[in-house]
Amino acid sequence: MGDTFISIRHLYKIFGRDPESAMNRVRKGMEKNELLELTGHVLGLSDINLEMEQNKVQVVMGLSGSGKSTLIRLLNRLIEPTAGEVLIDGADVLAMDAKQLRELRRQKMSMVFQRFALFPHRTVLENTGYGLEIQGANQKIIKKRAIRWIERVGLSGYENYYPAQLSGGMQQRVGLARALSTDAEILLMDEAFSALDPLIRTEMQDILLDLQEELQKTIVFITHDLDEALRIGDNIAILRDGQIIQTDNPQNILMNPVDTYVADFMKDINRARVLRVDTIMNPLDSDANDGPSLPSSTTLEQALQVFAENSSNHIIIVNRKGEKIGKLTLEDLIMGMKRPTIEKIKEDLSSPDSFKPITTASRNIN
Amino acid sequence: MNFFNEFPSLGRRDLMELRRTIDNGFRDFSREYGEALENFFNPLLQFLIWLEKLMITAPWPIIILVIAFFAWMGSRSKVIVIGSALCFLAIGYLGMWKDTMSTLAIISAATLICIGIGIPIGILMSRSDRIQRIITPILDVMQTIPSFVYLIPVVMLLGIGKVPGLLAVCIYALPPIVRLTNLGIRLVDKEVLEAADAFGASAIQRLIGVQIPLALPNIFAGVNQTIMMALSMVVIASMIGVKGLGVPVLQAVSNQYLALGLMNGLAIVALAIIFDRVTQQLGKRLQKHQGLDN
Repeated sequence: MGDTFISIRHLYKIFGRDPESAMNRVRKGMEKNELLELTGHVLGLSDINLEMEQNKVQVVMGLSGSGKSTLIRLLNRLIEPTAGEVLIDGADVLAMDAKQLRELRRQKMSMVFQRFALFPHRTVLENTGYGLEIQGANQKIIKKRAIRWIERVGLSGYENYYPAQLSGGMQQRVGLARALSTDAEILLMDEAFSALDPLIRTEMQDILLDLQEELQKTIVFITHDLDEALRIGDNIAILRDGQIIQTDNPQNILMNPVDTYVADFMKDINRARVLRVDTIMNPLDSDANDGPSLPSSTTLEQALQVFAENSSNHIIIVNRKGEKIGKLTLEDLIMGMKRPTIEKIKEDLSSPDSFKPITTASRNIN
Repeated sequence: MNFFNEFPSLGRRDLMELRRTIDNGFRDFSREYGEALENFFNPLLQFLIWLEKLMITAPWPIIILVIAFFAWMGSRSKVIVIGSALCFLAIGYLGMWKDTMSTLAIISAATLICIGIGIPIGILMSRSDRIQRIITPILDVMQTIPSFVYLIPVVMLLGIGKVPGLLAVCIYALPPIVRLTNLGIRLVDKEVLEAADAFGASAIQRLIGVQIPLALPNIFAGVNQTIMMALSMVVIASMIGVKGLGVPVLQAVSNQYLALGLMNGLAIVALAIIFDRVTQQLGKRLQKHQGLDN
């Protein structure tokens, strides 16, 4: 596990004429609906607590109106929070003056936008170099680095095109290159791929995962698309009506949705393709510890294939070092595919310790 | 019932008194400060004289070449360049060269002044709703008040001549560039501005690097309108001693010289069309990369 890099504590955002007094009411326990009715203020985000690890992808998922785009803008204060704390690498973002904030935005975090937000009057090269230009770097360095990142996102040859001359996918590659070119440690991605059609979206996700493998940035990724969240996220926070209702790694969210809302989300997910064998495996027992072995990151679908091709009634799971860490029978596998039912969730809710973030042992080993 | 049939107006005597007080006040003011103001505007006068002299004394082929050059830089269109050159040849052939040069000089000066004053005011307006609320009615007054009316105080202050004429032209021609600069900057896409903010751009970096470039097409529409209005003011300004194409027009009106009036009137139209086409093309070219959906 990495260190906490971005830490959000008791963060609130209230929209309206006098957020301060509305905040006082909220502190005294007023609910969102009551606040809207009585004062006309909208409680955009309520008591957000989130610890984001360094070099990991934190996905914030929610439907439209859940406050996810507001949340990401509170991190670099494109929107001013009403109350709470945002610590980035130990520094209190809300205490920063205008100059410190500019430095933070220039050096430490960059952003990719849903509708690209490229500068229409600048070429691809000039767009990519924008962050460096703002930092005051010299033209040679700007050009050199911009060209490198344009190449890295696969847009070589388009340096002198204008955004309007490019397709949506290409424009967002420019958006990505622009964000990467400042070498900021933190990448804020606000529904970065949502405006793209599905094929291009998958392609962009691949590019991002590929880059992340190499760059190891701390990424905050906002999306409304669960497939995308499961694919990209090391950790997922689910936002509803301005509140975080569950935070966990993708496997645990699939296995233990915290309520019916989350479970509903998971309904259409192909579990076999997302769940990993180490999530549902059983501990090794003394007998029968041989048989086909599979790496822990294998998906259930891939494991099923192995069962189909072998006569063995179980498979052995190994970690990256090749050590045996668990085993899985065909029956386990079939049970694993089963969605948690509402009854199961209710039962879970009633048991006191089910709410703790569960971290599967095998993930620690990884 | 008398109250309803006759408007309860200020009495004749009181009214006269009021007008006299204002007139005397302003007269005293102009006696007191007229000279200081004249001195203040002296550099402007010198510049105007220099520009006019330069344009009149320069050999005509050079002027035509310069005009063709500007037309090409602005429009990149052969038709417009050739059309402009032909217009100026015709103007010269019909004996209006000198007046046209005078008009060109005062239009150029007025346009430069309007750009120099108008764009900063427009930028200020775009940055604050309060400033916009204050300036908009002033612009309304400047645009709608009959130009003869504000000629009076200008003449009282500065007498008759080039500078008061230039001021009158500027007052009339300033509003469009202010309005369109303000509008252009306010119309810049919020998301693009957010991107600039997210990368840590300062207010100045945002203004110069994003807002003004993206507002340029609108700003140029403003420049275009300013030039057009300046041209249409030329005839009226000639009443207070501005030389140029307006003078013969005025003569023609008072003496019923149809041909003279028409010729000079058409020369003004020709200038207007040239300026309009060139600046419009320039605006369109600036918009080229933004035209597609985005």
